[in-house]
Amino acid sequence: MTGLPGFATDSGATDPGATPGGGAQPVGERRSALQRIPALLRWESLLLLILALLVVEGARLSKFFLTGSNFSNLVSAEMEVAIVALPMTLIIITGEIDLSVESMIGLSGAILGWLWSVGIPLQVGIPVVLVVGALGGLLNGLLVARVGVPSLVVTLGTLALFRGLANVVLGPNAISDFPPGFTAFGFDNIPGTPVPWTLIVFAVLGVVFWLVAHGTWIGRQVFAVGKNKDAARYAGIRVGRLKTALFLVSGLIAAFAGVILTARFSSARSDNGTGLTLVVVTIVLLGGVDINGGKGTIPGVIIAVFTLSVLQSSLRLAGVSSEYQAVAVGLLLIGSVTAPYLARQTRLLADRARRGRPPPAGSIAPGEVVG
Amino acid sequence: MTLLPAPGAASGEPGTESAPPRVELRGVSKRFGPTAALSDVSMDLRAGEIHALVGENGAGKSTLVKILAGVHVPDAGTILLDGTPTQITDPMSARAHRVAVVHQEPRLFPDLSVAENVFLASPPRGRLGAISWREMRRAAAALFAQLDVRLDVSAPVRGLSMADQQLIEIAKALSMDARVLILDEPTASLSAHEVERLFTIVRRTRDSGVAILFVSHRLDEVFALSDRATVFRDGRHVITAVTRDLTPSDLIRHMVGRAVTLFPKGQAAIGDVLLEVRGLTRAGEFRDVSFTVRAGEILGLSGLVGAGRTEIARVLFGIAQPTAGEICLDGRPVHFATPSTALGAGIAYVPEDRHQDGLIMDFSIADNVTLPILPRLFPRLFVRRSTERTLARSYTDQLRVRTTGVDQLVQALSGGNQQKVVIAKWLATRPRVLILDEPTRGVDIGAKVEVHRIMSDLAASGLGIILISSELPEILAMSDRILVLHEGRVTAEIARGDATEERIMFAATGQVEPPDAPLPTGLAFAQIASPPASSEASDVR
Repeated sequence: MTGLPGFATDSGATDPGATPGGGAQPVGERRSALQRIPALLRWESLLLLILALLVVEGARLSKFFLTGSNFSNLVSAEMEVAIVALPMTLIIITGEIDLSVESMIGLSGAILGWLWSVGIPLQVGIPVVLVVGALGGLLNGLLVARVGVPSLVVTLGTLALFRGLANVVLGPNAISDFPPGFTAFGFDNIPGTPVPWTLIVFAVLGVVFWLVAHGTWIGRQVFAVGKNKDAARYAGIRVGRLKTALFLVSGLIAAFAGVILTARFSSARSDNGTGLTLVVVTIVLLGGVDINGGKGTIPGVIIAVFTLSVLQSSLRLAGVSSEYQAVAVGLLLIGSVTAPYLARQTRLLADRARRGRPPPAGSIAPGEVVG
Repeated sequence: MTLLPAPGAASGEPGTESAPPRVELRGVSKRFGPTAALSDVSMDLRAGEIHALVGENGAGKSTLVKILAGVHVPDAGTILLDGTPTQITDPMSARAHRVAVVHQEPRLFPDLSVAENVFLASPPRGRLGAISWREMRRAAAALFAQLDVRLDVSAPVRGLSMADQQLIEIAKALSMDARVLILDEPTASLSAHEVERLFTIVRRTRDSGVAILFVSHRLDEVFALSDRATVFRDGRHVITAVTRDLTPSDLIRHMVGRAVTLFPKGQAAIGDVLLEVRGLTRAGEFRDVSFTVRAGEILGLSGLVGAGRTEIARVLFGIAQPTAGEICLDGRPVHFATPSTALGAGIAYVPEDRHQDGLIMDFSIADNVTLPILPRLFPRLFVRRSTERTLARSYTDQLRVRTTGVDQLVQALSGGNQQKVVIAKWLATRPRVLILDEPTRGVDIGAKVEVHRIMSDLAASGLGIILISSELPEILAMSDRILVLHEGRVTAEIARGDATEERIMFAATGQVEPPDAPLPTGLAFAQIASPPASSEASDVR
């Protein structure tokens, strides 16, 4: 049978209870790789089912729900958070988080508006704000990976910092004299279809992140770091460099989302994007990504984007006020974070019931009780 | 009661004959999974004695300490405290029975004052149940006065030396009026002068009637301090005797000689020097370590826990940085800032803790095997499953991993097979120097023999291997040369033909002189069960 390393030694550091995986092995033996894939798919199919139910319910509530214009409205309203959710997914899978994205959205729009207002064309302004976004992300990444500050704290700090800078740049002003070609990109559809241009952007980025996460070794390394960062480091993965790169991409994409938001609102204000981090994180967790890292899929998050937007649209059509919509988002966030824990506890209880009584002392490491 | 009475053991030296022993263990056993950590151990601890407990790594000393401290509950056997059968179910009940443990690393709250730390569990109460700070300071000061130690009881613990912190732990034990005091390697981080002060205090504590169990790797301290000594080996009680009736050679002879099945290293052509280490130092961990590893050679690193073996491996693999000295690979100085540079240079490290550092438990075998080489294997970023599977399968076949396929999750494998996957993973990097840290710990006998076979084959194919092992028979059977470390320093380098368990244990316990009297020949190898087709382990190359 399996052996627990270290228990019979005199080394105080290797306490048997602290051996991860040791006590959990009986569980692992029952669940092979093949049995796990459906479990992953189950979450996504459950989401799809919820999505379908929401669409049916929406259609029942209002005859306008299934129209092309409603589709493009509800989709385009969600695209900024949707593209930001993609790098956020990878960051959360590595076990980190980026709370600063909403402020980067605001900062990017503010700088773009200011540059435009002083006569710098958008062809120059947009690349500039993208560089600013990448640099902001790099700052997050270096503080997390090099200095070793927890990302929760670092990005809470830059959440305030970037928003502050946006206020410094633009003050209370709103810049809204953008050229029509630019603002059309924010809310117009591809001519003759109900498909907004921004959905194309999300589709392209979605495919890229899907491929990177699940098809390349970069994605493999992301999962490895999230599951066991020590083993990842021992395997020669440059954990710090990987995380820094992810934060950089997150900043870059958030800046781009800021451009889209500015175009959609036809207005650059320093408070653009306030509160969006919550929505982004809700989408990622609703998509089945484990807040503790190591687990999650891009397809799941893509489904969650549409589930959330359809939910909000249905609530609107049902006449639910925006205050209560916020309550719904909060409940959804709590629900998607606690669901995996409840599932795990149910499974543990079921296992225990099946065994009849706890196994004799010693055959189970103390650590398992917690898991 | 299976005490082996040594001459003089019954002379009633310390304690009173009539009273029952302070602590008596009868047939205590404890298993963890497949391994017996303690088997049918019986011993006693008397009031007013210092009782040393010695043994190799894995002999069961820590398990015994943890049982008395209430961390582990024995599977069988009885513990009697002052003649009364007692269940020590958890650390709280150990406290309630006035059994105190001072750990190797003091476990104090650095931001609380000395007095607060001493009286953390049961602070003196004043009116209305509020903590009486004045009384607490007074009582703490009285305790330290009793120990003849000058310490500002109002000062925070942060900033105090390790030695002072040890003394606070002892004061804490006295404050609960301990009947039994367990000192688990208390001197590991103390200077000679501090050790002397500690010993004075321990003796004073003994004279006040406390039963003291003193766990140590340092034999000179055992002889300097203890009244009686007990030796454990393989979780069994070997002997208890009055210390002054023993010699260091006696103790070492009782400590060594573990029964282990092995597959000794076969003949391999020893080639050029691959790795050379000169004056390697990492402050606080090891000092001035020099050695070479040649192609086809297995260099054994021996020493007791804490001697610095794993720490050296971590520096060689780029996980930690040396503070002095140099590492040369093929004669050229190298510097590894990260494991990935070390891997790139051809060094691979099979870490001690395979669950924590070696494997990603819910990755498949194939995913684990290719993890270090993904960028090399797929320069165009996209992973091809078929390539991965084929490569992983070639290694799992070669190493005879028992599995349903390379898509199986490693957490579903047995310990031995997991270890083979770890080895496969590092072999896939095509290393030139392979460091194996306790490669057979916690694996069953069959897998152990196979890991030894793999090591032999790898050496024969020209790899340089560094083997870190706490099992002396394994080190003896597998190594061409053995480097023995004691507290971060190399105390001996022994060629295969000259190596015996006694010689290694002498160097590992910091004894300078080898035993004067010639040892009975064959003792060291008597218990090595050679599998078929393998020659005697003692053959000289």
